[in-house]
Amino acid sequence: MANGTVALEEKSFYEESTNKYSGILSWLLTTDHKRIGLLYLVTICAFFIVGVILGILMRLELIAPGPTIMEAQTYNTLFTLHGVIMIFLFIIPGLPAIFGNFFLPLQIGAKDVAFPRLNLLSWYIYVIGAILVLISLFLPGGPIDTGWTFYIPYSVRSTTNVSLAIFAAFVLGFSSILTGLNFITTVHRMRAPGMGWFRMPLFIWSIYSTAWIQIIATPVIGITILLVIMERAFGVGIFDPALGGDPILYQHLFWIYSHPAVYIMVLPAMGVVSEIIPTFARRTIFGYKAIAFSSLAIAFVGYLVWAHHMFTSGISDTARWIFSLLTFIVALPSGVKVFNWVATMYKGSIDPKPPFLWVMSFIVLFSIGGLTGLVLGSLATDIHLHDTYFVVAHFHYVMFGGTGTIFFGALFYWFPKMFGKMYSIKWANISVALFFIAFNMLYFPKFIMGYMGMPRRYFDYLPEFTNLQVISTVGSWLMGITMIIIFANLIYSVKKGKKSPENPWGGVTLEWHTASPPPLENFHEIPTVTHEPYDFSQLEEMKHESK
Amino acid sequence: MNQSSHAPAVEQHAHRDDIGAKMGMWLFLFTELLLFGGMFLMYAYYRFQYPDQFKIAAMELSTSMGTLNTIILLTSSLTVAIAITALRKGNRFLALLNLFVTIVFALAFMVNKLFEWSAKISHGIYPGSEDILNKPNGEILFYGLYYVMTGLHGLHVIIGVVILSFMFVFIYKGSVNKDNFMKLENSGLYWHLVDLIWIFLFPLFYLIH
Ligand code: HEM
Repeated sequence: MANGTVALEEKSFYEESTNKYSGILSWLLTTDHKRIGLLYLVTICAFFIVGVILGILMRLELIAPGPTIMEAQTYNTLFTLHGVIMIFLFIIPGLPAIFGNFFLPLQIGAKDVAFPRLNLLSWYIYVIGAILVLISLFLPGGPIDTGWTFYIPYSVRSTTNVSLAIFAAFVLGFSSILTGLNFITTVHRMRAPGMGWFRMPLFIWSIYSTAWIQIIATPVIGITILLVIMERAFGVGIFDPALGGDPILYQHLFWIYSHPAVYIMVLPAMGVVSEIIPTFARRTIFGYKAIAFSSLAIAFVGYLVWAHHMFTSGISDTARWIFSLLTFIVALPSGVKVFNWVATMYKGSIDPKPPFLWVMSFIVLFSIGGLTGLVLGSLATDIHLHDTYFVVAHFHYVMFGGTGTIFFGALFYWFPKMFGKMYSIKWANISVALFFIAFNMLYFPKFIMGYMGMPRRYFDYLPEFTNLQVISTVGSWLMGITMIIIFANLIYSVKKGKKSPENPWGGVTLEWHTASPPPLENFHEIPTVTHEPYDFSQLEEMKHESK
Repeated sequence: MNQSSHAPAVEQHAHRDDIGAKMGMWLFLFTELLLFGGMFLMYAYYRFQYPDQFKIAAMELSTSMGTLNTIILLTSSLTVAIAITALRKGNRFLALLNLFVTIVFALAFMVNKLFEWSAKISHGIYPGSEDILNKPNGEILFYGLYYVMTGLHGLHVIIGVVILSFMFVFIYKGSVNKDNFMKLENSGLYWHLVDLIWIFLFPLFYLIH
């Protein structure tokens, strides 16, 4: 496939930079998509860890009824910050910005993205947004306490630093838009010769669909946020019922973005799954086109289901059953994917290495999250479950159990490619197992509590919930330990790990056709693509390629 | 889009890809449209709720001022288009001249807007003012939308002035030239968008009584 041979003494992108600086400046001013991907990796992981700590603190508060380690107001700011950090700083940028940046050009056989400087700018905008969030914590007025949804009218009345914090979300949206348009242009313009649309790896399809959602949906939240800020600053009246405005309109506009945003979160994860399964099952993916088009279908239908977050807000019955129906329909393309993945594994020769185990964990957790989503999507049950712990459990299962799991799956899959090192497989296996146990301990009780009527966003609860709350809190400790194991394993391996073989898993997509870590411009010569993306008959040829 | 169709043969050594640059720009403009789309949605919704009060409030706005600004902005779209064509044909002077005129028009638009706003404000019509809070809800919303939408549009005009000024310098220095005019063309696209949005704002606020 790649007709350039890789010289062994070649310099990697760590040793060669796009600018004349060395040390930290060569990173901060880099336009190399791989370095930018790593910049994102470091910043996003840092915020993820902060978010996890906030989560664990909340769980600690909930270990016993009544105030335990904090008062109600502190709890309010904690869940808001936890939500804002996890959503806007971790899960939305997570997979596209880190792995999309690093692997999109590699997988389509390009030297870089279409607009490398814009790419760096996006990272800076992300950092500025993040800094604004941090500043808002320390200014007089105190940290924002509205919940990550910033619902009107409270977000206008609250005396905390709402304006700055949501402006930060606006800025982060900008970063997301620029990344999206960069990726779309890259996919259209930079594919290597021979890589037609249906020879693109499925990760690319998912990143491509995601990029479209980023572009289409994000401006809507942008304008909505600006209006909330104006409302706070000038009292324009657009969302204020006292002046004739309509708070429900805010909810519509908010979810017109934020529901498609959940597909920004999950589509790239599905793409990674479609990469990992063929590699470890040694079989070409089952139903390539079905998976590719289901990504587009999800991107499209996902746009039309936003009002299922608002079933109890007083919207009309007609609107409710239409949105409920559409919600059920969006489950179909997701189902298509799950069945295709399972069919790919059927009769494959499965090699259960850590990335594959992460995927197994994903399929189970994501299916639970998806199916409980249907419970919330039906009108009658939603009336009972709206704003309870059931919802909290549901979205942690999809976001954390789905995308979060695959965040680690992708990290463990591509780690050898990104760093040229191998981590401890044993500890990686242990962390997957622990993660699975901790996760279910932490969140499954929340389904039950929610069903029993425990509302979300409360720092206190009735004594009968104590047992389940304690289980959940212990789960959060176990989760904390798992995170420590994962990061310790990876960080240790970056520093002291064994050198990894060029192609440790036997992957065949283009990123495995070049050195690990890749050279500055990825390939010696732009490869010419002659195979389908998951054609494992190439493995033999590839052995000769790099020697 | 069939399997055998080859990917575009981009010359990857050169970092320049004019079609790609233009595509990126169109995508960006698309997001701008959606940004304003959210506002148009709100306008539609509230107009539907308070048709009579919207009508009364709209009569307060000066149609002649709005018309003048429309003419100014439309003409500036023409001059920027002439600037682009002139540069492509190698007439640097004409390009600079027209770009200059465009910038002057843009500033004239803003000055006009300033007069308009300050007249309204001196009459006590601005969000949160006492006078306006005494008006019926529909009028409050009309003016709320008026300030937000024309304000946001004005912001885009200012950004446009900055971009066009940069282009002026680039052309003057020669880094944007006959063979490399994509930056100017993209700036022109942006300017047309600013114009286009105004063409919708104008009837919605000034013409429909
Ligand atoms: C160790 C990991 C985590 C723990 C212990 C944890 C725990 C919690 C807790 C206790 C709440 C508040 C529930 C309530 O009172 O309503 C919460 C809310 C939330 N969590 Fe997590 N969580 C974790 C990871 C994550 C991740 C990875 C994400 C996203 C990808 C996430 C997203 C959210 C969101 C969006 C909320 C809602 C905030 C709001 O109500 O405004 N969490 N989490």
